[in-house]
Amino acid sequence: MSKSKKTVYLDYAATTPVHPQALRAMLPYFSTQFGNSMSLYNMGREARSVLEKSRQQIAKIISVKPSGIIFTGSATESNNLAIKGVALANKDRGRHIIISSIEHPCIMQSADFLEKHAGFTVTRLKVDKFGLINPNDVAKAITKQTTLVSIMHASNEIGTIEPISKIGKICHDKDVLFHTDASQTFGKLPINANRMEVDLLTASSHKIYGPKGAAFLYVRPGTKIQPILHGGSHEFGLRPSTVNIPAIVGFAKAATICAKQMAIEGTRLASLRDKLVKDILTKIPHSRLNGHPKLRLANNANISFDFVEGESIILSLDVLGIAASTGSACSSDKLEPSHVLLAIGLRHEQAHGSLRLTLGRQTKKEDIDYVLKALPKIIKNLRAISPFKI
Amino acid sequence: MAIPYSTKVMQHFLHPKNLGKIKNADGIGKVGNLRCGDVMWLYIKVGKNKSSKEIIKDIKFETFGCVAALATSSVITELAKGKTLDQALKINRSKIVKNLGGLPLIKIHCSVLAVDALEEAVYDYLKKNKKEISPDLQKKHEIILKSKEVIEDRYHDWTDLEEKLHQKND
Repeated sequence: MSKSKKTVYLDYAATTPVHPQALRAMLPYFSTQFGNSMSLYNMGREARSVLEKSRQQIAKIISVKPSGIIFTGSATESNNLAIKGVALANKDRGRHIIISSIEHPCIMQSADFLEKHAGFTVTRLKVDKFGLINPNDVAKAITKQTTLVSIMHASNEIGTIEPISKIGKICHDKDVLFHTDASQTFGKLPINANRMEVDLLTASSHKIYGPKGAAFLYVRPGTKIQPILHGGSHEFGLRPSTVNIPAIVGFAKAATICAKQMAIEGTRLASLRDKLVKDILTKIPHSRLNGHPKLRLANNANISFDFVEGESIILSLDVLGIAASTGSACSSDKLEPSHVLLAIGLRHEQAHGSLRLTLGRQTKKEDIDYVLKALPKIIKNLRAISPFKI
Repeated sequence: MAIPYSTKVMQHFLHPKNLGKIKNADGIGKVGNLRCGDVMWLYIKVGKNKSSKEIIKDIKFETFGCVAALATSSVITELAKGKTLDQALKINRSKIVKNLGGLPLIKIHCSVLAVDALEEAVYDYLKKNKKEISPDLQKKHEIILKSKEVIEDRYHDWTDLEEKLHQKND
């Protein structure tokens, strides 16, 4: 259906292309150096050595010791391990955990699982209209039964950055473990696990120009946690599975590059994003920014348009080669609008017309101009079809 | 979630047929889907054919919804135009889905919405003109009416805005 060959990818929060240097670093580990990191002979030892080197590179970025980095297959797996692994290992201390109401589904549903199958109570903290958690609410929600608090570092949908250090301090003052899902911030924002007082932290490779199939969970040494997979001693016994060496090598390389370019790239993206948001809000009436105006990821724009539906916007943009995403009920497999947009107080129909544009390495000013030219027309056309008009 | 649409669906979405409002419409069907929140308004103008049977002379739609909702709106106007009222009431969801070259399973409810809108428009016309309404159509109307209250409540801010603007224009 494509009328234009131009492609403008603005869904970097969904996934990113692998950095050429990361790809190059990975290639030998698919073919000539394919050894299993558990094998005793030379090829196995080489695999083991590159695995540990990757672990060191990653650990350095969040200022922790390498022994705290557990490589997994995805951020979803890391989050499952953090929630279930910590809750179950500490269940003798109490069966209460606290999460926010805007967590990624893998946190929400891991908590649901504990509630349903292991007799846990879960507190789901409300957020304000910008998506911010009030640290005082965390303090108030902690009981003697509480063993774990999990609050995401920044929202994958609306980009709001949470006050993680404050929450970490509150948790530690009350002797409760603290996990943060940093899938959208690792490699984009400076992270110091000790200074932020986090005990567990999730990060993902494919959000920062590494390959899919690699992620890690940082576990502060000494933290009581049990594996959710069983069958081997890999990754300090916490993640049995043959280790995905090529993906981890690519992840470490991509992370190192991102960490180096973080400040410059963040400033560049924020300036492009600010122009994008400002111009959309000016050019298109009845549009509004979702998430916090300042405390947000540099690459995230999430905007709601009244009177139109998101999937229609997405596929109209797709015809012009623009890739983006929506929190509309129509695009969900449960026909429910985004729980994040509802949590920040949007009405059902406002969540319906939401558009998320996330920028990245390859985004240029021309791409932003192209979207700014196309989008007002698309919204106008869809509003002409809509029974609700302005 | 990636939803694969047929070429036919995309054609109707990108180039919808019979789009807009009919001023002084003989019948209007306003329906909404409770689950996903889509809203469809269908307008009909009734005329007579050579054998002086009542037919849908003109039909137009306005829809707030996803690609499937827009495409089903467009295709039902094509299917109903020129048909007698009885024939129009026979258009069902499988006919719509067939004419669109299929719909993803999760989007079948959109075709139901289009059928409801057409039935409501015909019902509205028959009621206004004090014509006979079949028990079947009456029953369907009552079911639709129930969900309509919920939808109207959900969208009252926007419909209020719409009404205010109309008053301004009138």
